Amino acid sequence: MSRARLSLPDNMRRHGCAAAVAIALLSSMNVAEAAEIPLDQRRSSYDLMSRETKAMQDEDTSNPGMLWVLEGEALWRAKAGEANRACADCHGDARDSMKGVAARHPAYDAKRGQPVDLEGRISICRAEQQKAPAFALESRELLALSALVARQSRGMPIESKDERLRPFIDKGRVLFTTRQGQLDIACAQCHDDNWGKKLAGIAMPQAHPTGYPVYRLEWQTVGSLQRRLRNCMIGTRAETYLYGSAEYVALETFLMWRARGMLMESPAVRP
Amino acid sequence: MVESMNEHHSGATRREVFKLAGGLAAAGAVAMIAVRPALSTPAEMQAAIAKIVGDAKVNAGKVKLDLPPLVENGNTVACSVSVESPMTPADYCKVIHVFNEHNPQPNVISVHLGPRAGRASIATRIRLSDTQKVIAIAEMSDGSFWSDTVEVIVTLGACLEDVRI
Amino acid sequence: MTPALINVPAKAKRGEIIAIKTLISHTMETGFRYTTAGERIPRNIIHTFVAAYNGEEIFRAELFPATSANPFITFHTVATESGTIEFKWSGDNGYVSTASAKIVVE
Repeated sequence: MSRARLSLPDNMRRHGCAAAVAIALLSSMNVAEAAEIPLDQRRSSYDLMSRETKAMQDEDTSNPGMLWVLEGEALWRAKAGEANRACADCHGDARDSMKGVAARHPAYDAKRGQPVDLEGRISICRAEQQKAPAFALESRELLALSALVARQSRGMPIESKDERLRPFIDKGRVLFTTRQGQLDIACAQCHDDNWGKKLAGIAMPQAHPTGYPVYRLEWQTVGSLQRRLRNCMIGTRAETYLYGSAEYVALETFLMWRARGMLMESPAVRP
Repeated sequence: MVESMNEHHSGATRREVFKLAGGLAAAGAVAMIAVRPALSTPAEMQAAIAKIVGDAKVNAGKVKLDLPPLVENGNTVACSVSVESPMTPADYCKVIHVFNEHNPQPNVISVHLGPRAGRASIATRIRLSDTQKVIAIAEMSDGSFWSDTVEVIVTLGACLEDVRI
Repeated sequence: MTPALINVPAKAKRGEIIAIKTLISHTMETGFRYTTAGERIPRNIIHTFVAAYNGEEIFRAELFPATSANPFITFHTVATESGTIEFKWSGDNGYVSTASAKIVVE
């Protein structure tokens, strides 16, 4: 039976249950059988792009994503909120303090008992440290700050070593391998089983989050990994989760684990 | 305000300079539907070309229009045009026009050059709504016109976004 | 403030032909799109881009809705003397944006 909406049972969401529960559920859901890509066969979708699109990403003065990084630099230095503090006041120069940060997000937040992704972390800082009103998810300002921070991880390997993330990686894997939507396909069926083959004239990528936030030619603007996941869910005619939902963060956590060791490219350009 | 960044990608001299420009920013995003606007026709493109060229003959040659034969996304297509010309005060390429067949409008870009350019070569990114012909026409200082034509296949991304984002 | 990225070589030899790359933030709304309510979104584009070298115009481009969002334009000029290259983008609704870069010519 395929479902229009796939959501996690409440107990998994709240307490981060062990993998055993996940496996029990797998057998009752309509799980597509898919084989994980061997680690040494993993490739960034950069390799699949045309020469021209690669050239767009390669140079900072030709990469439209860098316009967001520029904006992010201005926001980084701007005092904000009741605390009248700029990011720079606590974190200094982003080029030093933010090195490697994006490569290890979503990161486990002990206080919240769950992972928080990069945009989530920036929003928390804004609310708690700057005491400023939140930037809406997917807003230009939040993407600019996220692009600035992610840029500082460029060239660094993605890290996913925190064992506390294990239950969330497993949740994400369940979402990745479960059929969904009116088309009744799972992410894994395209991205694990059929990567490299053509769909509507475009090569199917392995779907690694090495370049987020990404300047997507389709959007003509920079967007987050969550936005990209939404696009795919709409592609399978599934009902999408709301921005910021636990499902998206679990998927992001899983995808970062799946891409562990691969190098960050943010901000990347993609078709 | 100037910041200089030492980037190594191209391996060339350290030339990147980043700027923040003054001015009004464009408005934010709007929810929209994917209604196809009325597309222009080859005849409209010919009319737009005729406005520039008048009765003069348009010669094939001297112009090289570079477009990828298969476009990943019609929103941003790398387009470059170079024209063989000594670019001296006596003999130079004055204007480069780019036209298309099937976008809602036939004009793409018009670029005015002079001997100071040194080289008649430009690059930009254009929108192409559909598989179509694109034509670059160069007007020389002696009044002659030269052109190049490229047929481009435009595909769309596989997972299009829902409009009610 | 409109972010813009300019690539002008900091140094050049006299008479050398240099490439200048410019990239500016702008949605380049075509005027051919509609909202879910069926209203046409008005055109809002950069229509003119001019570069001047120590005050003398060296490049001019007329842009149309067919130019992609975040317009990217590369052109060439001869490095004649040290000085400043100024860039100006003008668009619909009185939009104006400027930037400049210094060049040392030996």
